[in-house]
Amino acid sequence: MSKPKVAFFDFTSCEGCQLSKLNLENDLLDILELVDIVNFREAISDHGEDYEIAFIEGSISTPHCVERIHKIRRQAKIVIALGSCAHIGGINAIRNNMDQDEVRETVYGNDKYLFPSIKAQAVSDVVKVDYVIPGCPMDNQEFKRVLSALLTGKIPEIPEYSVCVECKAKENECLYDYGIVCMGPITRAGCRAACPTNGHYCYGCRGLVPDLNKNAAKDVMEKYKLSIDQIKKRFYMFNTNYVNMEEKSYE
Amino acid sequence: MNNLSIRVPYVTRVEGHGTIAVDLKEGKLIKSVLEIVEPPRYFEAMMKGYLYTDAAVISSRICGICSVGHQITSVKTTEKALGFDISDQTVTLRKLLVYGATMQSHILHIFFLAAPDLFNAPSVIPLAKTHPDTVKMALRMKRLSNDICDIIGGRTIHPNRLVPGGFTKLPTEEQLLWIKDKLENQMVPDAKTSFELLKSLADKFPAFIRETEYIGLKTDSEYAFYDGDISSTDTGLTPEKDYMSITNEFIVSHSTAKHAKHRRSSYAVGALARLNNNYGKLNPLAGEVADALGMKPIVANPFLNTVAQLIETIHVTEESIKILDALLTTGIKAERPFVPAKLHEGTGVGCTEVPRGILFHEYTYDNKGRIVKANCVIPTNQNAQNIDDDMKELVPWMIANNFDKDKMTLTLEMLVRAYDPCISCSVHFLDVKYVE
Repeated sequence: MSKPKVAFFDFTSCEGCQLSKLNLENDLLDILELVDIVNFREAISDHGEDYEIAFIEGSISTPHCVERIHKIRRQAKIVIALGSCAHIGGINAIRNNMDQDEVRETVYGNDKYLFPSIKAQAVSDVVKVDYVIPGCPMDNQEFKRVLSALLTGKIPEIPEYSVCVECKAKENECLYDYGIVCMGPITRAGCRAACPTNGHYCYGCRGLVPDLNKNAAKDVMEKYKLSIDQIKKRFYMFNTNYVNMEEKSYE
Repeated sequence: MNNLSIRVPYVTRVEGHGTIAVDLKEGKLIKSVLEIVEPPRYFEAMMKGYLYTDAAVISSRICGICSVGHQITSVKTTEKALGFDISDQTVTLRKLLVYGATMQSHILHIFFLAAPDLFNAPSVIPLAKTHPDTVKMALRMKRLSNDICDIIGGRTIHPNRLVPGGFTKLPTEEQLLWIKDKLENQMVPDAKTSFELLKSLADKFPAFIRETEYIGLKTDSEYAFYDGDISSTDTGLTPEKDYMSITNEFIVSHSTAKHAKHRRSSYAVGALARLNNNYGKLNPLAGEVADALGMKPIVANPFLNTVAQLIETIHVTEESIKILDALLTTGIKAERPFVPAKLHEGTGVGCTEVPRGILFHEYTYDNKGRIVKANCVIPTNQNAQNIDDDMKELVPWMIANNFDKDKMTLTLEMLVRAYDPCISCSVHFLDVKYVE
């Protein structure tokens, strides 16, 4: 059996997810036995265009990005959005709340049309995405799980419950007890509660948990006498593209 | 050679999107630039209105590869702006983290991004077959530096223990002891092997010389990484708060990243610039290696930045062992991050030597601890004009040395890679007006 041809593409992002893969030092050589990497600009000079699986990092934020992602979608059998920027727009989307023309003008002045940009979008806002690996940065263990599922013909699955479930299982102290606003209750798990376990609030980088229990989230806010405004700003950090919808449901 | 046109779209094995463009017409060089084509990011605008507790989380996302540097600089900037007290232990642990991140980044660059050119390979992947021991050693060195960052910072990419005021979780003494043992018994021997390897490849670096102004931090006590005054090989010391008088950023039309200049038309930051400013403060083994490789200031061959990175890798290994010894003698004391009794308005400047050079952050806060204004000046922006200026001299030099077009293209790529540019960082983008 020939090895599947895999490509990695980066769009508007910090390239941390690409580096994450290079940080799989102990497994890197094994992975290379299983797949044929034909395109990975950050690490290799070859460019192959005959890939079957395309991993996409970064959000779609310029007309050129739109063109490129359509071209990739036409070629690849499977498209996987990797990391927050590709999955939900991520931190790039903070600027979507600002006046776009003003943003461009602040940066480029009279030449604002020289480098056109559009709102920072998730890959799935532009083309069909088959699977996602959430997180900022993506979780290496999850990446390995998804890759092995794909290579063995299984459907990759990611958790559909909140970060709190993983955090409780680790017997961490709840950060709300320290008066810290944490996005754990409404964020999709799968990171093994990485940030709260290190004493840092969860910033919701894995996107919203599906079938969000809004009342429970509201109860938490009420119990600790916190206002929706306090959580909203944190919410904007990675989930700006989903904020309007949520605002309505809270009211 | 009278007419020549070279385009390397999306230079590979660098972080981010840049294109090399060189045009020679009738013997005259009319264009030789690194065009930065990465989409702009608008970070400073995005940070506005966020709380002081969020500044490091957001600015970290300017670049995953430099996230430790951005977070350290960010928390230091916030602490200066808001007048936080931090413990000596916090400073020591942050230094360890900076050293771990420096090792990680340098090793990645030396072995994975730069070395393939020295071995005439398109990437590290074929090297895994032809030079398995070297690749395994490089992976082992990189893993250890990542382990250090994991143990101190919570994780390597976008660490999750750093906040203004200290650490949200501390490493155990057992973990610190493990790091020290690994550094002494694994990293030091591997670093020595790397030195022998680089020595044997020394003739693969183009012998191109162009002296420029070298700028790096400097302190009396040590080879400066964590803090210091801004030192220039042309003009001496400048306090960090006056960083704008050094960086003088300006915009050029071929790049979404701003450029910088000081006394000359450009200046360099990064490992080579640090070495040229801090050579006298190298630890013993690093000093020996520097001398054996002929790296005595002023080193003016930009390709040797990669060699300077190896010297620094050895230096920070020795430095980490030194401070771990001291830390383990006093023991780790349990402490929580400093919490301010009351917030007030304030402005602060923070700077750190991150792998690619000096990184500056400046924030202004309102009396509720919200960001009013943010500015970040990135090493790659400071190097951008210097790369263009190098190319301007490198092209005629290559013609004089009878390079064919392929060799010229490769050499230009090697030059860009030597700076280890971080293009994601460079287009984080600022509140600036375009100037003609």
